[in-house]
Amino acid sequence: MDLTLSPQEESFREELRAWLADHHPGPAPDGDEAAFQFQRDWQRTLATDRWAGLSWPEEYGGRGATLVEQAIFNEEMAAARAPAMANLLGLVMGGPVVIAHGSEEQKQRYLGPILSAEEIWCQGFSEPESGSDLASLKTKAVKSNGGWAVTGQKVWTTLAHRAKWCMLVARTDSDAPKHQGLTYFLMDMDQEAVQVRPLVQLTGEPEFNELFMEDAYIPDENVVGGVGNGWGVAITTLMHERAGLAFGLQVQLKIALGEVIDLIRAQGLEGDPIVRQRLAQLYIEAEALRLNAWRGLTQIMKTGVPGPEGSLPKWQWSDINQELTEFALEVLGPEAPRADSEWIYRYLRARANSIEGGTTEILKNIIAERVLGLPRMR
Amino acid sequence: MNFDFTDDQQAIKRTARDFLADRLKPERWRESAESGAYDDSVWGEMAELGWPGIHLGEDSGGQGLGAVELAILMEELGYALTPSPFFATASASLVIAHAGSDAQRERWLPRLASGEAAGTVGLVTDGVAPMVPDADRADVVVLVDGLSGMIVASGAAEITEQPTIDSTRRFSRVRASDGEPLEGELMPALDRIEVALAAELVGVAQRAMEMAVAYAKEREQFGRPIGTNQAVSHRCAQMLLEVESARSTTLYAAWTADHEPESLPLAASMAKAYASDAGRRVTTSSLQVHGGIGFTWEHDLHFFLKRAVTDAHLFGSPRSHRERVAGLAGLGALAA
Repeated sequence: MDLTLSPQEESFREELRAWLADHHPGPAPDGDEAAFQFQRDWQRTLATDRWAGLSWPEEYGGRGATLVEQAIFNEEMAAARAPAMANLLGLVMGGPVVIAHGSEEQKQRYLGPILSAEEIWCQGFSEPESGSDLASLKTKAVKSNGGWAVTGQKVWTTLAHRAKWCMLVARTDSDAPKHQGLTYFLMDMDQEAVQVRPLVQLTGEPEFNELFMEDAYIPDENVVGGVGNGWGVAITTLMHERAGLAFGLQVQLKIALGEVIDLIRAQGLEGDPIVRQRLAQLYIEAEALRLNAWRGLTQIMKTGVPGPEGSLPKWQWSDINQELTEFALEVLGPEAPRADSEWIYRYLRARANSIEGGTTEILKNIIAERVLGLPRMR
Repeated sequence: MNFDFTDDQQAIKRTARDFLADRLKPERWRESAESGAYDDSVWGEMAELGWPGIHLGEDSGGQGLGAVELAILMEELGYALTPSPFFATASASLVIAHAGSDAQRERWLPRLASGEAAGTVGLVTDGVAPMVPDADRADVVVLVDGLSGMIVASGAAEITEQPTIDSTRRFSRVRASDGEPLEGELMPALDRIEVALAAELVGVAQRAMEMAVAYAKEREQFGRPIGTNQAVSHRCAQMLLEVESARSTTLYAAWTADHEPESLPLAASMAKAYASDAGRRVTTSSLQVHGGIGFTWEHDLHFFLKRAVTDAHLFGSPRSHRERVAGLAGLGALAA
């Protein structure tokens, strides 16, 4: 066991810290348009110095960073409270899919504009009738004029209103078993046959969209990984996504705990034994998440692929974040539910944590069946 | 960055697992638990393997390894629910090694390292140490009262048997009016003891989880294994989350003891608090998966549950460790 970073990893961290100190753009401006342009500019700044597609091979504009360097990157970005990058889905899912499964032409065409945030990407996986049971999706693609005509509906499509490309999984063979008849497409969002409607969530904000397709056209060259292989292409990216995100999330939890400690002091509750117990418990759980993530990383380095244990951190994070925001409201007292309260917004938004990106129930199924070897549920 | 064991550490773990599985068949510790008599031949073999001195310097007759290796052994001892004076003896040598004078170290450490002598540590409240593991057979008793400690030779202490629900480990009440004072700092040793105990709890919880998973696969009701029900399988998934989190926090704390001692106080309390909670929750959850059979004396599970509950209260309750975490994490010490 050696929990220290190598000299190269330490200098990577130092270099990144120094870079962030010089380039951090400060707080985001008000207004949706301005805030998004700000994130776009921020990503371009990162990409210019090759920080954007960190894990991507150098030949495609990345750094070919190791898993440890990616973990450090996520920790440092969160610690510096750096803004999110505009094209996150393109960076963590779209780009890696094209690199792993795409043709050389696709790599040349798509990767550059993902990095520079020139073309924004969104993800068309979930459907109204296909949430956890993703493979049951019904959006249909049929052959038509040297390409495909797509009809169906997608939901929870982040950034669909700004995206140029949609990572779309659609059914190309209705007779095949449900996991086999799927194909992974890159769909041009810039066409009449694709309609985007904002989906207002319970916080009152439209963070997501619904997507309606009526004979939308996708040329043959926009299939990634071959017709009928969509499930395998989609699922590998989900596992990689889960493996890397834990590091940023655990730092965000630490920052939030720091804010809760400030709140406790402001309310004069630092001597309250029950408040102290709950704060300590949250702190311990956040540390357990951080340490589990690092242990998981060691396993990935040994085996080369993220295992089903990769489902633990996302589940653990959502539990802790929900508990933390609930605790903050209790510390705040009677004024907690005020509509202008930052914490009440965070409390409400956290309710989605155990649903988005794989529900806690599905993650528990994965752990039970694939790690513990329990029989499949019926 | 390698959050996994080295080849040598893997070898220690494998040897311990195989040796204990061979020597401690469940009927063996059941016999020991029911009669209250330890199996001295196993303790003798553990001493021959050099275990009691694993964490002690070679100049004291130890193996010159650290808290991580001690944690590896403790996890396996917990997994096998080993009745032996190992933990108590290692506790005594940890305190004497960290807080003892040269003379005290020379006098006791080689004998504790070789297993020739057994020892123990008791925490005193109101003049008496109420729960001291294996004091009845200790050659040397270390008593810690707040920030001061003393070494008491056997015979100089008043030792009264104090049965607990954990019949795989014997406890006593210990009272002593005087002994040789320990001049060094006690906390670094106490924190290492807490980490060792956390590791034992990880082993206990791991075993209880494995028992639950095996039972959920094999037990059939309504014509199918009970593990096909999510009410059961999700309970098992929760056990895994808690066992792995307890293991991560414990190994981290052990590593800080060896390589980053300034982080040990917080890390040790986090590990002991988390592992204590996980130990109790996982063993009781395993009982629920077992249903009625788990509540019988005949089933082995209750021995694990009782060890977990008892360990949780040794060397600081989860409540007291969380209080320490709250202070160190940024809320400051609680005003007296």
